[in-house]
Amino acid sequence: MPLDRKTVEYVANLARIELKPEESFKLAGQLEDILSFIDRLSKLDTDKVKPTNHILPIHNVLREDQPEPSLTIEQVLANTAHKKGSFFTVPKIIE
Amino acid sequence: MELNTLTASELLKKIKSKEIAAASITKALKERVSKVDCRVHAYVRAEGLTECADDCNTLPIALKDNICTQGLNTQCCSRILEGFRPPYNATVVAKLKKEGVGIFPLKTNMDEFAFGSSTENSFFGPTHNPWDLECVPGGSSGGSAAAVSADEAIWALGSDTGGSIRQPASFCGVVGLKPTYGRVSRFGLIAFASSLDQIGPITKDVSDCALLLNIISGYDPKDSTSVNIEVPDYTKSLTADARGIKVGTPKEYFVEGMDQEVKDIIAEAINKLNALGAVSREISLPHTEYAVPVYYIIATAEASSNLARFDGVQYGFRAQAGDLLEMYKLTRGQGFGQEAKRRIILGTFALSHGYFDAYYLRAQKARTLIKDDFDRAFNEVDVIVTPTSPTPAFKIGERADNPLKMYLSDIYTISVNLAGIPAISIPCGFTKKGLPVGLQILAKPFNEEMILRLAHAYEQSTPWHKMKPKL
Repeated sequence: MPLDRKTVEYVANLARIELKPEESFKLAGQLEDILSFIDRLSKLDTDKVKPTNHILPIHNVLREDQPEPSLTIEQVLANTAHKKGSFFTVPKIIE
Repeated sequence: MELNTLTASELLKKIKSKEIAAASITKALKERVSKVDCRVHAYVRAEGLTECADDCNTLPIALKDNICTQGLNTQCCSRILEGFRPPYNATVVAKLKKEGVGIFPLKTNMDEFAFGSSTENSFFGPTHNPWDLECVPGGSSGGSAAAVSADEAIWALGSDTGGSIRQPASFCGVVGLKPTYGRVSRFGLIAFASSLDQIGPITKDVSDCALLLNIISGYDPKDSTSVNIEVPDYTKSLTADARGIKVGTPKEYFVEGMDQEVKDIIAEAINKLNALGAVSREISLPHTEYAVPVYYIIATAEASSNLARFDGVQYGFRAQAGDLLEMYKLTRGQGFGQEAKRRIILGTFALSHGYFDAYYLRAQKARTLIKDDFDRAFNEVDVIVTPTSPTPAFKIGERADNPLKMYLSDIYTISVNLAGIPAISIPCGFTKKGLPVGLQILAKPFNEEMILRLAHAYEQSTPWHKMKPKL
């Protein structure tokens, strides 16, 4: 299927990725090649086939609701420089 | 005798008989890394080596950069996880430590987030194949395979989503096993495609593979997809006896596109298996041609969802921005490399409104057909034997600008992940230019024992696993 730059930029926005103009141009061509290769799936008759989303016959996995030790606030915040008290900080959302 | 050239099984014997002190192994490895890694680049963040005392590990293991190690940098060779030090250990790491295996202080190079078949997509630059430094080591676990091949590691762990353990093992002339989906806990493995990912051993021979599989296998309450069935002693499968094993060779795999030398070497390996008492016959896996397209929908869709967490808020790289949305977009735009962006965007597209049925749902249905092919085949044979890759290692840069051609490097390994079955790659010969070729052996779910038995029998009667690259 044809894939233009506008579609690539639309999808990139859904994925929250900022692309440079030359990136979206290049990606449009490459993704079009990949999608036309993938299109061979359309000749396969899958009407009566059940989808496989998971290979094992596992359904709900439940356990007793018993508290166990978890990470401390210090451990959770150790990997960022953007923090205040026991919170992560981000740019202001509401003026 | 250089300790770094020995296998884990050999070293354990020497430690037990007090012939060597365990601490001397890490020392030998550090010397080897200092000598050759400037050319191979199997490891990343080399400064970690000087921080480590000579005796900091006993029998150490090298880990891929996507396996979480508490307090030790783990960043999937991506800019977006710059500086990340996990606050916990992956379950496989905890199991290794419990068994007295040390964690080597350097992590191995990989394609960013395991997206690739050549280890060229690393933020730290490519790894070089120890057999020919101008060639790729395969990928995505190229650093782990190159480290073991170059005697910079005794053994290593990689991860395999579409061939990322087996294809680099094949390119580097070492042994690599992808266990059955659910055999090994994925807790602490930074997720790429959750329905396909598995951690597995990369070793110098089949005995070490069995030994390492014993350590890492088993149910883990922290991974609800790990399976609660007993773990056998895999070293008991090392009987050197292949008699009566029924071997299938899928006719769909031996078609055009396969390198002639690879074809001849594999044919010879199959003859060898027959000479050892195995019985080979042709079988059919009719939906083989759909495996690569199915994989690149399912794997990218799952990846686009898994990688949504990398937004600059909690860890790693954060771009400067005026508002939150811009911060997300700039962080991800600058933090991810080209292949990561390509896959996230492809996966997001396949899941987006209006395309879900045509791509994702259809791929999941085709996945059922691929799995059914294997179920039928394993009613007739015990194992399936194929080449691991259609070609030997290719030149660095050769496929870098052609993602589709790169995706086709995985044509023989991808179906295994879609079907969730186990498979090994073992060395089975060399091309005229001296590049290793790998033989892939597949079995039904939770039948790693059959794979190890046949692989070991083959290995015992061939010299390939003992060959070393000249560096």
